[in-house]
Formats: sequence, structure tokens, C-alpha cells
Amino acid sequence: MAVVLPCVRGAIIPQSFQSQTLSQPLSSLSATRRGLPKEKMSENGVLSRAKVLTIDTMNPTVKKVEYAVRGPIVLRAVELERELSEGMKKPFSEVIKANIGDAHAMGQQPITFFRQVLALCSYPELLNDSTFPEDAKSRARRILQSCGGNSMGSYTASQGIDSVRQDVARYIERRDGGVPCDPDDIYLTTGASDGIVTMLKLLVCGEGATRTGVMISIPQYPLYSAALAELGAVQINYYLNEEKCWSMDISELQRALDEARRHCNPRALCVINPGNPTGQVQSRQCIEDVIRFAANERLLLMADEVYQDNVYAEGCQFHSFKKVLFEMGPEYSDTVELVSFHSTSKCYMGECGFRGGYMEIINMDDEVKAQLTKLVSVRLCPPVPGQALMDLVVNPPQPGEPSHDNFIKERTATLSALAEKAKLTEQVLNTIQGISCNPVQGAMYSFPRITIPEKAIQEAMDKGQEPDMFYCMKMLEETGICLVPGSGFGQTDGTYHFRMTILPPTDKLTILLNKVKEFHQKFTQQYS
Amino acid sequence: MSQQAANGVPCRGKVLTLDNMNPNVRRVEYAVRGAIVQRAGQIEKELKEGVKKPFTEVIKANIGDAHAMGQKPISFLRQVLALCSYPELLEDNKFPEDAKHRARRILEACGGHSIGAYSASQGIECVRQDVARYIEKRDGGIPSNPDNIYLSTGASDAIVTMLKLLVCGEGRDRTGVMISIPQYPLYSAALADLGAVQISYYLDEDKCWSLDVAELKRAVDAARQHCNPRVLCIINPGNPTGQVQSRQCIEDVIRFAKEEHLFLMADEVYQDNVYAEGCKFHSFKKVLFEMGPAYSSTVEMASFHSTSKCYMGECGFRGGYMEVINMDPEVKAQLTKLVSVRLCPPVPGQALLDLVVNPPQPDEPSYNTFMKERTAVLAALAEKARLTEQIFNEVPGVTCNPVQGAMYTFPRIALPQKAIDKAKEEGQVPDMFYCMRLLEEEGICLVPGSGFGQREGTFHFRMTILPPTEKLKIVLQKISDFHVRFTQEFS
Repeated sequence: MAVVLPCVRGAIIPQSFQSQTLSQPLSSLSATRRGLPKEKMSENGVLSRAKVLTIDTMNPTVKKVEYAVRGPIVLRAVELERELSEGMKKPFSEVIKANIGDAHAMGQQPITFFRQVLALCSYPELLNDSTFPEDAKSRARRILQSCGGNSMGSYTASQGIDSVRQDVARYIERRDGGVPCDPDDIYLTTGASDGIVTMLKLLVCGEGATRTGVMISIPQYPLYSAALAELGAVQINYYLNEEKCWSMDISELQRALDEARRHCNPRALCVINPGNPTGQVQSRQCIEDVIRFAANERLLLMADEVYQDNVYAEGCQFHSFKKVLFEMGPEYSDTVELVSFHSTSKCYMGECGFRGGYMEIINMDDEVKAQLTKLVSVRLCPPVPGQALMDLVVNPPQPGEPSHDNFIKERTATLSALAEKAKLTEQVLNTIQGISCNPVQGAMYSFPRITIPEKAIQEAMDKGQEPDMFYCMKMLEETGICLVPGSGFGQTDGTYHFRMTILPPTDKLTILLNKVKEFHQKFTQQYS
Repeated sequence: MSQQAANGVPCRGKVLTLDNMNPNVRRVEYAVRGAIVQRAGQIEKELKEGVKKPFTEVIKANIGDAHAMGQKPISFLRQVLALCSYPELLEDNKFPEDAKHRARRILEACGGHSIGAYSASQGIECVRQDVARYIEKRDGGIPSNPDNIYLSTGASDAIVTMLKLLVCGEGRDRTGVMISIPQYPLYSAALADLGAVQISYYLDEDKCWSLDVAELKRAVDAARQHCNPRVLCIINPGNPTGQVQSRQCIEDVIRFAKEEHLFLMADEVYQDNVYAEGCKFHSFKKVLFEMGPAYSSTVEMASFHSTSKCYMGECGFRGGYMEVINMDPEVKAQLTKLVSVRLCPPVPGQALLDLVVNPPQPDEPSYNTFMKERTAVLAALAEKARLTEQIFNEVPGVTCNPVQGAMYTFPRIALPQKAIDKAKEEGQVPDMFYCMRLLEEEGICLVPGSGFGQREGTFHFRMTILPPTEKLKIVLQKISDFHVRFTQEFS
């Protein structure tokens, strides 16, 4: 019986089931091709087989991936934590993980209403419990009714629960002053990271000089560089202007693009607004300019807006790319391909562990959209607790509802604490000689520039370390404070930075900032 | 059409089109949520809008989603999840002490004692320790190192991650991955996405879908002509076929993997779903270690499990793990780095997994109810497995192997030549044509065998055994009647 073996690379290779005849005798194939393992001489002189999966035979693009936010310095921080818990003496009593934008880990409290609804959804017997407010119950019931078998344990539609996508669309319309949003353009995702990686994957094609290039800021959130490395796409760096509060500059975009066109095919432009690690909140004018640039240069725009509620500085305001796009009229709003990303991990919720998120797709080709829908179906669906959480974020308690007052109180407290800490951080860091810190306009981080003495730079290089990694490692070992060196995000050659979150509680943050100050002074002196 | 085009102003093509998108993604197919399911969704919408149909509801027997089909969650698991979500409930005396105890333990392991914090990228440490202990208990004491456990966003996540790690080479050196025909199409989809070579090995339908090492050998030898075979994937209990491999077979597969220098991937998400007399789940890990150090210290393996199946059916939580055995330490460091980019798997899913591997013990308050619920679910599934096989085998033209395990039946259907011709006319694969007809006439949504792979010239469909018994009986009857009608129509 003839059988057809499905072959993914495009060629169908007919093989007779009965016949063992091959086009080439196995013996003529190389040992590797025949699957015979390479022989390896081990330390004691014994020949042993090499493993199937080694550093040399694994996926080469995965080797190129780096993710500094959880990279070597964090691994060392975890080691130190272990040593501390085993009773080892250190110059500090705890490790402070100021490396990652994880609000709850730093003591921020969850929003009560959200957790009430999630509890009700998890264990619907609680719907009979009078200690839960009616508005929480009403939302829980609505969510459960949209779930298969009225259970959060069912898979949902791969694009996400229908009623949640409708609520997301309504939220976007309200946020953007009425600009229409189609729920069918909303894809719920496993955190924003998932949506970002999916879009980048969709975009990547070509070989050599036609390989897809993707523009991303320097500094950037290293999910982007990691994803581009893994996909084998070309990363096109555009520099944010540190002298101008990390603002974007169209002439710099143009420079980067023109240069990139010589060696790749630039097709996408990624913007993080508010920025990570830099915290800048782009002006409306700037966003318009970027949209115009993307339209003229035929780039798909990816707008990472996960910090959209984290805006602190006077005179700064969040303008969604979608809104600005539509306010620019049909010449742009009908044509520019835009994908916007949001998440439940940041803002005032800080629910990182739930992995909730969405993306909104504007002006995508219908056939590509069908491919996107197909692609996300393979992973079945995003986690349902995260979808439920997203529903509450976009559909929070309204005035008149029992939970409204408390909700607003909690939300306001969290956001004003962050605003306070943003200011405090900028202020204290700027009192340190050799450190200069741009205003933390938004997001959750400071990204100050640090002056590292020449002797320290030399010692770092002798050790094969980036100078700012050397600096941060020293800080970790001496103070227990874990930051991420600027080299993990990208920076102009010859400059050094670190990223520190503003998340610890205010009094702890004050202590932290003072320790950083002490360390910097000591370090500078030591290497002068 | 854009405004520009309507005004006669030349409009430029889009930046992202079918022709310039990722070509690998275009090759991806996933039948479990493919064309037939999209049509089912359309029909559901039409029903809601009041369109008259020969049926009043669409029955989605296409996907292994137990809760959607009415299966109840395990009370204890949901109690703990509620406590973790809203720790104020720890003061509530409605919740049993053992549930509170587990919730406290999980929360203590979370940053800021909140499930809203990111966890370690490999997963919460105490959960990984519990998983390791579970594996040790399951495997009769064979040690499991928590450091070899990676929690994941469902088993699918870990499977894709491992495949990604393994793929390298160009042209004839491109990594080849062996997978069964029929297979769960996550594998074919992932291999297409990664541009790896899929090497199909046929399960033996006449021998209850068992695995034949001679067939593995045939497949790998043929594959060596055009790619570099490096991985062997096996799903046990099987999906879609439900076969539970014998211990001997598992040994033979391990031996084969060692001889042919292949990395073994053992998808064991249905490990509690074993129904047939004389069938037993043997984990690949256990068998590997029982084969002695010549194998247990050399064969590289990854085993996968999930919270989506078994007796829990908690698909929506996306909980899972993999255990890696004998992985090169440098590669393991790369794996750890890779998973860090996505930060961590969903914490509710991690918490759920913790409860699955650390359920109520005999001396605990929730034990009796837990056992009662668990037993009821598994017994119902066993009953439905048997019923399904029985009823389908009574239909002329339908042959159904015993549903030894998992959650599906994959019967072979005889299609009249006229139907095959009609299907071809319509540009459809014959079993898709059949299933589409069934959907339109009866509102029952199955997945055609072509979505999983099958020997050329044979046709199948995959149906879940998940609807409640009474409903299942009706569904089985309708399909049987449909088959007879269909056969008659095209005779």
C-alpha cells in the first residue's frame, strides 16, 4: 500500500511501505547523518558518546537570545538570597530585587474588587456568600456565563472570550474619545509579551539582504531584542535622545532606517510609550510625527502601551497611538497598519502573575488576520483567569456601584504612591555626583546615567565584563541591591546606566536610594 | 477598500500581506480548531439569531475540553484557588483547614505573598519540589530532582520550547522529528512553524494503534536520506487514538531511541486517563530507570504533563510541567535563559498544578470528597469509553478500536467511492466532506482524521467521549444514523 509521508518542507516524498530500498545505502552516509553519535574523550580518558542535544547542536538563534531583566545579575542575586537563608553573613540582611517591574513582589496590594471577582469565578459557591458585594457577583456571573460549562476551567475561543473582547473594545472607545473599536480586532494574549512575539513572528520573512528588519528604541525593553534574535530578524536600533528626556527624534529614525535599508528589509517600527526603561511619555506631536514617518516609510507600527496609566509628570499625558492615528484623518487611519499592546501586569493593577493582556489590530490585511487567528489557535487560548482579570480592568466599578468608592481609593493610592516615588527617585539620584537622572515621567523605572571611573572600566574589561555590569555586580555584593545594568537595554557607546524600579514602599525606597548614593560615592573613590 | 482607492487615488499595498508574511506560519495547520470548528461557530451564531436548523444546539465534540461538556471541577482545587485569589477568605470558616493550609503555603512562596507577582521563570520552587515528589511517588521511588522540573503554560508551551531548542541545521542536515501518525496536531503545527522536518511513523490500526519498532526503524532510515533525525515524540496514552502502550513497547522505544541517538519526548498528559482492562500507564521515566544505568544515565528525555486532562480538566488555567532527564548542563542553562524571556507561566496554573501533585491525603478533611469526585469523573470517562466503542462497532462501515485511554475515539469510516468523488469535486478532503455534512445535518462537530494524519486511502474522525453519558448516547446514535444515511446517499 503506497503511503504518502507528509513532509513539512514542501516536497512530498512517496515511499513504498513494503520496500526497504533507499536511494542511497546507509553506509555511504556520514556517521552524523546516520545518527551515530560523535565519540567524545572524557576527562578520565574514557570514550563516551556525545549527547544528542549539545550547545553545538541546539538551535543557534536561541543561543543569541539574552534577557537581562532575569539575566546573570539576577541569578547571582538569587544565589545570595540562598546564602543568606542558609545563615551566611553578608553586609546586608536582604536582597532587594529592584530589577523587575513586579509591583506585588515589592509590597503593592492587589485591587480588592478584582480579587473578589476572581475568587467568585474560581469557586462559584461563593456567589451565595453575603460578604461579597453585588457588583463583584454580577461581573463574576457574566464572566462565568461566557465560559464553556460556566467554568473558568474550559478552553475559551482562541482569540479570547467574546464578551471580554467586547468590553475591551468599549474601554478603548471610551479612552480614545469615541474612536470606534471593533471587538473582532481584539486578541487577548498571555501577557503583552505573547502578543508582541506573535506579531513579530508574523512579520519575519526573507533571506540575507531581504531579511525583515524591525526598528526598536535604544534603550529598549529586552523582550524585543530577545524575540528578534530568536526569530533571526534584523534589529534596527534608533537612539532616544537622553539630553531631551529620552524623546524620539524623527531625523534619528530616518538615519537608522536609511542605514538599515542597505542590509535588510525594514518593515516594522516598535515604540514603547510610556517608555521602558526610560519612562518618557511621548508628546502628542511626537506620536503624530512617528505615525507620519511610519506611513511614509511603509512600516507596520507596534505600540507597546502597557504603562498607559503610569503617567506622573506635570504636563505629560498618555496619548494612544490609535487615537492620534484616527485624529490624523482617513489618509492615515485607513492605511497605517498598527498593533497596540496592553497588559494587566502594570498600571495600578500590577497583576504580573496572571499573564493577562490584549492587542488591537488596525488595518491588517484580511488574509493575514486569518493567518493570525489560525496561529493563535494552536496554543488554544490565553489563561482564563488573566482574561477575567482583563475584563475587570476594562470594566471596573462605576459610580453608583457598591465597590466604586473603595476601588477608586485603592487605585488612586497606588498611582499617587508611584508618582511620589518617581519624583523622589529623580530627586535623590540627582544629588549624587556622577549620576544624572532624567525625570521619571511615567512607567515604573529610573534609568540614570552613571559615570564610571576609567580604572573601573579597565578592571571590568580585564574581567570580560561590561563596565555597568561590573558596577551593578559590585553593588549587589556590597549592598544586596539588584539592579539591571544599562547594557542589558542598550545605550549610546561610552555611556553607562542602570535600571532600577521605583516599586519598593516609599520608606524602603528612600533607604535604597541612599544606599545607592553611598555605594556610588565609595565606588567612585575606590577607582579614582 | 480604503477611502483612497474609492476616490481613485492609487492605494499602496499593505506592509504585511500573505506574500510577505512569515512563510512557516502559512504552513501551520491546527485542525482541532480549524475550518470545521469555525463553521460550527458560525452555525451557533445563526442558531442564536433564530435561523431554523435540523437541530437546536451545536455539540462541540471536537476538543478535549471536559468542563465545556459539563464535567465539574474538583471542589478542593477551586477552594484553594479562591483562597489564593482572595486571601481574606482564609478567615472564612466555610473553607476546610487543608485547603487553607495549601493556600498559605502557595502564597508564602509568592513574591509579596500574592499570586499577582511574577514567579521564578522555571516556576515556583516549592511547586517544583512538590512535582518532583509526585513523580517519585508515581514512579515507585525513582528520584526526581526539582531542578529538572520546568513549569509551563500548559504542556503545549513546554513541548514547543523543547522542539525549538532542538531545531538546527540547513537542507539535508535540518533537524527531523519523529511523530506518530495519527498525531495531536500541535506537533505538526510546531514543526511547520519551526521549519523542522516532520518524520511520520505509523501506528498500527489493526493492532489497536500500537507502536511497532520496525516501523520506527523504517521511518528513521528513510528520513536520514533527507534530514537529520534527532527527536522521537510519543504520546502515551495516545491522542487521538487512545492507545495505552505496553511496558514492553515503552522499553523497546527507549532502546530504539538510544540506538538511533534520538532525544525522547514523552507526552503523558493523559496519564490518569486509563480505562481498559489490562492496560496500565507506565511513565517513560520509570521504565527508563528500570532499564538500568546504561540507559538511565544516557538517554536524553523530556516528559510532559498538564492540568488540562485527567480528572481535573482545568484547560483554561494553562497549567503544566516538563521534567528533563540527562540534559546537557550547558543546554539546560540555555533552556532556563529562554523561558526567562516570557517571565513565568501563569501563577494560578502553577497553584493548580501544585494541588494536582499534592492532593488531600487520607487523614485530611477534604480527602473523602476529593476521592469521591475524582473517582466519579474517571469512572464516568471509563464508562463512556466503553459505550462509545460498543455503539460505533455496531454500525456497518464504522470500525472503532477500544478506547484504552485519553478522551477520544478515532474510528475508521468507510466512505463510498461516490462520496470520495463528490468531495474531490468540491475541493475537500473526503473525511472533511463527511464531517461537514454531519455538522450541517446534526449539529455535531467532530474533527476529520485528515487533521491528525492517517494512512492514505483510509478515513477517520476524532470525537471526544466527554459529553454527559445520556447526551453521549444520543450523539452516538445520531452519528450512527448519519453514517447509514450518508452511505446510502452515495451508494
